Amino acid sequence: MRSRRAAIGGRLLVRLATSVMVLWGAVTVSFCALHLTPGSVEDALVGTTIVTPEVRAQIAVDYGLDRPLLVQYGAYLGRVVSGDLGYSYQRHESVVSAIGAGIGPSLQLAGAGMALALVVATVSALTTAGRARWIRGLASGAELVGTSVPMFWVGILLLTVFSFQLGWMPAVGGDGLTGLVLPAISMAIPVGALLSQVMREGLERVLQQPFALTARARGMSDGGVRLRHALRHALLPVITLAGWLFGMLLGAMVVTEKVFSRPGLGVLMLDAVHGKDLPVVMGVVLVSATVYVVVNTGLDLIYPVIDPRLREAT
Amino acid sequence: MTQPTSLLRHQVARSALLRQRPGQVIAAVVLSMIVLAAIVPGLFTDGLPYEADPLATLQPPSLTHPFGTDANGRDVFTRVVYGARHSLLAGLGAVALAVTVGTLLGLIAGLGGRIADEIIMRLVDVTMSLPNLLLAMLVLTLAGPGALNSIYAIAIYIAPGYARLVRVQTMVIRRSEYVQAATALGLRRARVVLAHIVPNAFVPLLVLATIEVGTALVAAASLSFLGLGARPPAPEWGAMLAAGRDYFSVAWWTAVFPGLAITFTVLAITVVGGALQRRLEGLDGPEGGN
Repeated sequence: MRSRRAAIGGRLLVRLATSVMVLWGAVTVSFCALHLTPGSVEDALVGTTIVTPEVRAQIAVDYGLDRPLLVQYGAYLGRVVSGDLGYSYQRHESVVSAIGAGIGPSLQLAGAGMALALVVATVSALTTAGRARWIRGLASGAELVGTSVPMFWVGILLLTVFSFQLGWMPAVGGDGLTGLVLPAISMAIPVGALLSQVMREGLERVLQQPFALTARARGMSDGGVRLRHALRHALLPVITLAGWLFGMLLGAMVVTEKVFSRPGLGVLMLDAVHGKDLPVVMGVVLVSATVYVVVNTGLDLIYPVIDPRLREAT
Repeated sequence: MTQPTSLLRHQVARSALLRQRPGQVIAAVVLSMIVLAAIVPGLFTDGLPYEADPLATLQPPSLTHPFGTDANGRDVFTRVVYGARHSLLAGLGAVALAVTVGTLLGLIAGLGGRIADEIIMRLVDVTMSLPNLLLAMLVLTLAGPGALNSIYAIAIYIAPGYARLVRVQTMVIRRSEYVQAATALGLRRARVVLAHIVPNAFVPLLVLATIEVGTALVAAASLSFLGLGARPPAPEWGAMLAAGRDYFSVAWWTAVFPGLAITFTVLAITVVGGALQRRLEGLDGPEGGN
């Protein structure tokens, strides 16, 4: 018991150390990006905005541009660690407050899209796994199409049909639930198709296992076997995919917010890229890398809790 | 005598393939058509992608304009046909670049010393912890938008995966008996790497790369749609959708056809690539050998 706890503790430490290393690497990459951009660091920071010489002088002082590179690097690391991601000269606000304003609507969209994708994938996997050949063929065909369509085009189609042709939904922005429906659907289609593929494969494997047969032999109904015994096994691979899904959702956010003209992190990032607003771009990248690493580390640690079989293995 | 029977067997196998896996056959045909359109677009259309008829703007699909015309009076079908070259080249280019760079890094990590391995793999860890599209956008902020830069940006996030794969493959193959035999026979290290390790690590990689061309193609189209890749006058599918944005409410065909082209291309690539993969892994059943 004791040695097992020690092993888990050791694993936790190694995992945390790797995560910190990765984040440190990401900060280093962004520091290098700042200095490798053609032109001066001041130019890179202000982007296409026109600023007075006083502001440029202030930047030089803030970033310690006259000091050796290593000192600058140390100061940069220190600022990032203390939560200061710099100032956007285009938006006239700090990067942290710009990200803070965008994160709410983005989380709403990503949450709604993800929830919808999970529900659709679970239902479709539960109803089609292990059924007649044509049902499975139909489901896997739909999944293939769902994973192949470009997400931004799904959004455009939904917008064209439901907002422009039928007029059921608001075409631009839209607060509250009605404005969230179409963007969430367009995000959920590729994600849901992929999840459904993974879950259906998992379910089909589980339904052939002896314990599923035993449950049936006990007189349990087919639906009961699927819901009570098979589903939890089929959900496991989804958790392994979660980190990857997170990256996909972030990309999806950029195109979906653009198509539906919604505010959020994606559009913030896109505007920053167009305006060469490097502080905002690096801020968004660093924040999302941090969340990504935290999510992945958390999942790695939670995994043995969800799946007791892994506890023996480690 | 053996010649005709083997030919017959071949034909039987082929019709069996058509009967059992019609999807794969259709996908292969569609993909060949798209590749053909990319190489010789003139085969499919008489028009030119930049040819505009100011008197026929936003015309719905008809016999003369099967996919309608856009806001400048250009034939959407012609532009979709010519777009195949842009999109296929973007997808292929990004993947080819990523595979080359990834393979080199993986070989260095797998065969070089510990320090090289550590540096390369930590770099790979960092790039892989950044969300794909955001990493591409970071690269495009630094390099500036454009069709070519967007290909580099996509390659940068695809390459680390290949580096990881090649490194593992290299380490496995390096310990295998035939490589040890080759080394024991006194073959030079470079020869062992080139003649034994590279070919064996490469086949599974190439199959994976086939499927990846589809995702890279969608990524390139997405970047063009966001205004970071190919620019609107170019007949690129994503750029066409970006340029048509203001007209979708009155001209649905400008929204539908370029997207359909992307979808069909990706579908065809995925199905053909998947079939290749199953065949390679020997999962295709006994009839898959033919």
